[in-house]
Amino acid sequence: MATTKQKILLPAILLANDLLDGDVVFWTERGWSIDPAEALVAGDEAAAIRLQEVAAAALARGTVVDAYLVDVTLRDDGLPVPNHFRERFKIAGPSIRQDLGKQAAFAHLRGRA
Amino acid sequence: MYRYDQFDEAFVRERVAQFRGQVARRIDGALTEDEFKPLRLKNGVYLQLHAYMLRIAIPYGTLSSVQLRQLALIGERYDRGYGHFTTRQNLQFNWPKLRDIPDILDLLADVGMHCIQTSGNCIRNTTADHFSGAAADEVEDPRPTAELIRQWSTMHPEFDYLPRKFKIAVTGAARDRAAIRAHDIGIQVVRHPVSGEVGYRLFVGGGLGRTPMIGKLVRDFLPKAHLLAYLQSLMRVYNLEGRRDNKYKARVKILVHEIGIEEFRARVEAEFAALDPAAIAADPDEVARIEAYFAAPAFATFPADSQRVVADRARDAAFDRWVETNTFPHRQPGYAAVTVSLKPVGGVPGDATSDQMRAVADLADAHSFGEIRVSHHQNLILPHVRQDELHALWTGLVAAGLAEANAGLITDIIACPGLDYCALATARSIPIAQAISRRFGSAERQREIGELGIKISGCINACGHHHVGHIGILGLEKSGQESYQVTLGGDATENAAIGQLLGPGITAEEVPDAIERLVGVYLAHRHDGETFAEAVRRLGIEPFKAGFLAPQPAEAAHAAA
Ligand code: HEM
Ligand code: SF4
Repeated sequence: MATTKQKILLPAILLANDLLDGDVVFWTERGWSIDPAEALVAGDEAAAIRLQEVAAAALARGTVVDAYLVDVTLRDDGLPVPNHFRERFKIAGPSIRQDLGKQAAFAHLRGRA
Repeated sequence: MYRYDQFDEAFVRERVAQFRGQVARRIDGALTEDEFKPLRLKNGVYLQLHAYMLRIAIPYGTLSSVQLRQLALIGERYDRGYGHFTTRQNLQFNWPKLRDIPDILDLLADVGMHCIQTSGNCIRNTTADHFSGAAADEVEDPRPTAELIRQWSTMHPEFDYLPRKFKIAVTGAARDRAAIRAHDIGIQVVRHPVSGEVGYRLFVGGGLGRTPMIGKLVRDFLPKAHLLAYLQSLMRVYNLEGRRDNKYKARVKILVHEIGIEEFRARVEAEFAALDPAAIAADPDEVARIEAYFAAPAFATFPADSQRVVADRARDAAFDRWVETNTFPHRQPGYAAVTVSLKPVGGVPGDATSDQMRAVADLADAHSFGEIRVSHHQNLILPHVRQDELHALWTGLVAAGLAEANAGLITDIIACPGLDYCALATARSIPIAQAISRRFGSAERQREIGELGIKISGCINACGHHHVGHIGILGLEKSGQESYQVTLGGDATENAAIGQLLGPGITAEEVPDAIERLVGVYLAHRHDGETFAEAVRRLGIEPFKAGFLAPQPAEAAHAAA
């Protein structure tokens, strides 16, 4: 099956699930981080394509699973917030259990999903 | 209760050891995710939104107190102190770490449990009526049949690579509490009207998901000894002719629908005629051995109605309400089957903490011969409780926060994990359940409304059975927002029916008011003693549709504000 080239929506971040514990991780300047505030934000198509290459290489190496680009809007404080609610929930944690997931660990995510 | 014999034990241990090696090879990079994924799925390991998920098989929903305590331990040691009981009578842990999973599987094997047949295109864990072996109205305990199917289907080489997943449910009573007609095969234990012989009635081609279908009668009476031969014939027809080109058309329901039940039956019967049932049937000694495991516990003889309960009920209104909703007639005089609600008002349907699991295990030891069941309604059942001890049991449940008197009522809502956990979800389902539960939470209100099953799924896969809810709610996405479709008239029992859509999707905030309006139509039109489902059958969908589409003036003002 030919892979159709997906349209890149900008700005974008790269997220994935960590192989070992499944936690959502973000590509940063220094590799993967569990903190979305550190995510490297691609502002133009060239940067987004570099993120796609990172995703492909990481998947091939197998340290993460399910890596893909997510389009975001930058909040006033610079936090990239996904435009789609699915990815917002994926990053924050279960909306019904504020004591679990990243929202429990990072104050900047609380009440924002 | 069924215990694993040496063969099962060795087999499960070997599987754990294999998987331990596979996980190690995945972690050190020898296996790619593409290679590993099918292996992990075969061991019940999924990837959800925030973490891995482990789905543990609870065959026909039967658990011992020892097993439930082990699940509590696993939840505490390797997860976040709670688990989620599902509509497939299984348990899911939402936060296990990949490296720990082999250890978890070993702990499960210690108590005769595993995660086999919880995923993949195989014959999945066979489900059964949660009151099996207890219900007063049952012809026979369906669990020996379910166990026979489990043994026959586990790793059956011919059926390990089916076109799609395959689900079988069994009931021993005419009153269907196992939703058998929502399954690929539904089996009802029946007594032959003329000969009195016990045998099976079989339905085929039920299923939910994106193309919901009600199972159709394929065989009115099948002698017990012919079961495996008949199932083999049926599976063969499916395996040969079921579609493998399109996963949305691969379930047996599509095949039955496309060629028609008459043609499907003819092909199965032709296959069956060519087989020698005696050669395929399980060894009678093995059948007897399985049946012995399910022999009734050592019941004592009591009067049918306990005077003690009558007195306790008269004294204690909350207990009285709970007995009324959460106990079920037992086949043995002086006993009752009890529903332990996992639906506290405003809570997460089906979730139980490790402490609660331990409390239920202890209460099962004290009052129910150490036996617990998981119901597809996402509740727990204590199947064999002496009526005289109901008050003591209830007191224990109150202390554990498990005494909600709502079995079968409007707050006894089924909800799949939805977008709070599930990677396939298009919208959340749990918060919708919570909002409805809070809205109708008053004990008086619930009782006034009576029996009403609301079922919610977070996507078209329908894990929350919304198609067969008296009121069904399906979460979708509409222009970048969560949106909910509401259906009416579904039924999961012997009156099985698929619900019909009431109108366009509504927002999450609008759902409780919409349910309120549907309940209002029912209360305004119901006859004496008529349940919601019966009223919908009599009135049809139209009056409800009108109610659904017409917000009350107060609501309209509220929405405009
Ligand atoms: C990671 C989580 C899950 C995944 C990936 C998943 C996947 C699916 C899929 C793809 C279907 C549609 C099958 C079809 O139409 O052929 C389905 C159906 C179903 N699932 Fe799930 N599910 C998940 C969780 C659950 C849970 C938590 C439950 C129980 C509460 C459940 C019970 C069911 C049931 C009852 C059906 C409909 C019956 C049928 O197969 O027709 N699933 N699931
Ligand atoms: S119905 Fe959809 S959202 Fe709900 S558990 Fe199933 S796959 Fe997930």
